Amino acid sequence: MPSDQTRRERIDRGIKARTDDVFAVSSWRNILYLTLPRAVAIIALLSFPLLRIFVGAYWQNVLLITLAVSLTALSWNLLSSVGLVSLGQALFYGAGAYTTGYISQHLGLSPFLTIPLGTVGGAAICTLLLYPVLRLRGIYFALVTFAMPLLFIRVIDATKILGGAEGMTGLPALPSGAPELYALIAVTLGVAYGLQRLMDSDYGLVLQAIKDNDRSVIASGINIQWMKAQAVFMAALPATFAGTFVTHHYQFAGISTLGLENSILPLTAVIVGGAGPSAGALVGAFLLVPLSEALRAFGTLRVVVYSVVLVVFVVGLPEGIFHFAKRKYQQFERRVDLE
Amino acid sequence: MLEIILIYGLVSASTLMLTALGFSLTFGLSGVANFAHGGMYLLAGYLTWALLNELGLPLLAAAPIAVVGTGLLGALIYQVVLRRVRGIHLSEVVATFAIGVAILESFRWLGFVTYDFTLPVFFEGSTTIGSAVVDYHRISIVVVALAMAGLIWVFTHYTKTGLALRGMAQDEYTALAVGVESDWAAMVSMALGSALAAVAAITILPLGIISINIGYDVLLISLAVTVLGGIESTRGLMAASLILGYATVLASNYLAPHWSEIIYMAAIVLTLIFKPSGIFGKFKELEERV
Repeated sequence: MPSDQTRRERIDRGIKARTDDVFAVSSWRNILYLTLPRAVAIIALLSFPLLRIFVGAYWQNVLLITLAVSLTALSWNLLSSVGLVSLGQALFYGAGAYTTGYISQHLGLSPFLTIPLGTVGGAAICTLLLYPVLRLRGIYFALVTFAMPLLFIRVIDATKILGGAEGMTGLPALPSGAPELYALIAVTLGVAYGLQRLMDSDYGLVLQAIKDNDRSVIASGINIQWMKAQAVFMAALPATFAGTFVTHHYQFAGISTLGLENSILPLTAVIVGGAGPSAGALVGAFLLVPLSEALRAFGTLRVVVYSVVLVVFVVGLPEGIFHFAKRKYQQFERRVDLE
Repeated sequence: MLEIILIYGLVSASTLMLTALGFSLTFGLSGVANFAHGGMYLLAGYLTWALLNELGLPLLAAAPIAVVGTGLLGALIYQVVLRRVRGIHLSEVVATFAIGVAILESFRWLGFVTYDFTLPVFFEGSTTIGSAVVDYHRISIVVVALAMAGLIWVFTHYTKTGLALRGMAQDEYTALAVGVESDWAAMVSMALGSALAAVAAITILPLGIISINIGYDVLLISLAVTVLGGIESTRGLMAASLILGYATVLASNYLAPHWSEIIYMAAIVLTLIFKPSGIFGKFKELEERV
């Protein structure tokens, strides 16, 4: 039978249909089908900090960076579900880093105070900066976010405020090792789960409606400018937190935190993993950051490989790995005759 | 001093306009923000260098080959990559940006980072206007920039292809109804934009050495000029180039050279905050904001 005489049909697997409702708990097999993928990922994540002797301090540091990128990617995800496409996640990340650095250097507070203050303060600063451009959409908003962190890099470099090109060094460190990693893991999983729940709530539906049809939301008597501002503030929080946390980890805040890499890595993570559900951003970050570390020996060829991966995913698998894998897990395909 | 600022401001404005012309054309005609513009620009520069120095061609032969080659590459990128993500703005931007970075960083990796890479000027020598010494090459930049802007204007207003492309930009469905093919139009605009990047590279690069970071600056300049001037507006492009050109010359005379980058960034951010359609933006005024 020639291929143009058939079409591909996707059908839910039997176990997927059985586990959709209360019968999910009728057998261990059903329960495992639902919980195993999540459980394996979470247990692997939680056991990693304990394996220091096997994996070494270097890869634990990579885990820390991966989690920071995950948080920034989750922040991108929330923004994009309101229809705001950001090309400058580094703005949030850098705002967190600089706020916490400034507070810690000038007020001398402990990291346990500067991290929450920096997170909320940085998010507030970002919201104020972006408030005038929230009316913009599509590529115009993306352009502002692209230009803003780069502008701040140049301004800080030229005017030598906030430590100038050298940045702020010698900031107090966090207790290193497993507690530090567990704190970050807990926050990442909490944010991932929380955002998922948020999007299912009535409030989250309004946010998604702004993306789908902003005019109908306006017609419902909702102030979308104010809703978008709230979304930007909430979306900024995970990214600024990542910025503050990594700042205290490295005891340094400088213009590199606003650099292009901090904008591109989370964006690539979401594109490779799949936009929408939190798991997509996490899958992307956990594939890309270790890969990028493994390629570090190749110098700038790493960036080339990275860019090519990005193009291939944008064109070849625009839904992302998570959606692809989820579909394979829940459905099977077969070819049927065209009627 | 006044002559120096006036003349060098004009040269700077022409450089900016020439740099941004290709980006602005592609963006205005097909809505594709070609973030690979800087990559194409630098690729054309190195291609011309290779044709001149490796094959020993004269500039008059190498320049057209580089322009046509870069234009074809632009068309190829459209056909292979952009066609599949057309209309999804984020994917277009991400794909072209990644292509641009891939081109630029490949050159860095291949070792094109030494001071050996220069292109020849069109005419040797210099002249004095008032108290300012201007070399002939800077004058030819002004001439080429004006000629290119003029050609583009004539092309988009008086030729069938140009009118078809502008029709596409104004109303895609109506243009489709009168028989303009969308993919063809976008491919042509992408090819033209890339070819213009090559023209700009061959004209501007002789002023200094070719270095990778120029590629990123070119993208920045293109964004700044296009956003400030307004999309699909030749007048806007000229006005924005003049404003930014004189602003950068004044800044580097009275402040410090690296303030010019701050001016570009600030132009993008402030324009989008206060008048998102740019100085002379026409069509997109309703689309870009709620």
